[in-house]
Amino acid sequence: MAAMFSQNPLMNGPNYSFNQAPSTSSGGNKEHAFYPYTDNGGSTLAISGSDFTIIAGDTRSTSGYSINTRFQPKVFKIGGTTSAQDDATLVLSVVGFAADGEALKERLDTIVKMYRYQHGKPMSVKACAQRLSTILYGKRFFPYYVTAILGGLDEEGKGAIYSYDPVGSYEREQCRAAGAAASLIMPFLDNQVNFKNQYMPGSGVGHELQEREKIPLKINEVEDLVKDAFDSAVERHIEVGDGLQMFVITKSGIEVIYKALKKD
Amino acid sequence: MNHLPQAWGRPRDDVYGPYDSSYLQSNQSHGPTQHTQSPVVTGTSVIALKFKDGVVIAADNLASYGSLARFTDVKRLRKFAGTSIVGFGGDVSDMQYLDRLLNSLDIEEAYSTAGHTLNAKNLHTFLSKVLYKRRTDFNPLWNQVLVAGLDDDSKPFLASADLLGTTFSAPSLATGFGAHLAQPLLRKVAGDEEAAAKLTKEQAIEAVKESMKVLFYRDARSLDKYSIAVITKDGIELKEDEKLENQSWAFADQIRGYGTQIN
Repeated sequence: MAAMFSQNPLMNGPNYSFNQAPSTSSGGNKEHAFYPYTDNGGSTLAISGSDFTIIAGDTRSTSGYSINTRFQPKVFKIGGTTSAQDDATLVLSVVGFAADGEALKERLDTIVKMYRYQHGKPMSVKACAQRLSTILYGKRFFPYYVTAILGGLDEEGKGAIYSYDPVGSYEREQCRAAGAAASLIMPFLDNQVNFKNQYMPGSGVGHELQEREKIPLKINEVEDLVKDAFDSAVERHIEVGDGLQMFVITKSGIEVIYKALKKD
Repeated sequence: MNHLPQAWGRPRDDVYGPYDSSYLQSNQSHGPTQHTQSPVVTGTSVIALKFKDGVVIAADNLASYGSLARFTDVKRLRKFAGTSIVGFGGDVSDMQYLDRLLNSLDIEEAYSTAGHTLNAKNLHTFLSKVLYKRRTDFNPLWNQVLVAGLDDDSKPFLASADLLGTTFSAPSLATGFGAHLAQPLLRKVAGDEEAAAKLTKEQAIEAVKESMKVLFYRDARSLDKYSIAVITKDGIELKEDEKLENQSWAFADQIRGYGTQIN
């Protein structure tokens, strides 16, 4: 009964007329003409080895059929102590909507830097991977429209790659292609990195077939695979081209290799 | 008697009828806050090109209202802090808002920091964060801007930012129609940073003027009066009342495939 004397009248039962819903408001909502996303094209690729990780991305940025610029990196060092990021150990690639990618990169970089200041040690890839997932999921209902890949070396010094969807689902993988040409590159990787559909010659037919033995790839072999993957993607996808950046992460640091791609 | 104390002292529904809520401000006048869903008065292309010791940037002086050439003396190149030029494409009222914002930023910086002014790179970062924040709030500033000036190392700087917060940088840039018509011409003279670093100021101005001419020929929302600015270490040369020179439609009868020619 106390509610009866409250300043906020009850909405059920008899009440004074002010609380009636306005009867003249026009029905139907106005549709928003502004769409807050765009696709800037491009493709990324990451492969991990026994003691290294390579993350690569092309440098073309597009809007529709136009090329914005031939050099806009989508692979970034994360969490170094200087603006040059010379001592960074983690690498993030983002492909999709470039403005969201930039915002996501800045946020993750700040968090990893803060972690170092607060704990006095660099963040592990595993911890950073979980944190990145949390950041992405935090915008579950207005997502960062990007496919992210995070790479580095794990606690045992083995190459580590974590791949994401725009809302933060993630998984550690051997290799992953993302972006415009992902569907062109990923099957190539399945075959050349994980030796899918490769069998020992003369080992039999049907269930007798022996799969080709899985051996860890060497760093120069992986570099060649990445270059070949991008050269092929450029040939068949108009949003991929201009330049290729390869970030090679080993225990001695991160080396950035640039290779020109076709500009057509 | 009405036993609800909330109703005491108010007009009785059974005597006066229910409250006529049509007197409340409805959606037409004081409805929900409205955000820009499309630009209204617009400026067309902005084009810019780097050269060995600076940047040339140009935009015409027209503000269109749809297909109406509404305002023919609008300055779309704005100076900032005596170090940079911002060229605005898109909505003109949003341009004026951003210009006021940048001027207040300039004043604030001039009073607060000693011996340091914001350069074009700082300005571009600021503008792109403003634009990205506004798109994230679903309340965009409907512009694509080119920021021209010098970076931290006093090297030529040229970058773009748009209503979505998308940013990029290149030796030559063009917004709107210019991205289709002028950019190929500019890329021919400066395809990459190395080529731009060899261009002289005169070559760069010539290329930009030629591009403005092409834009006037083929962009229906353009004007032959334009502004052009050259930014170098020595400062900004801004001319806001230029007229396109040496126009000629003599080439028109050479164009085949659109008109009434027989072959």
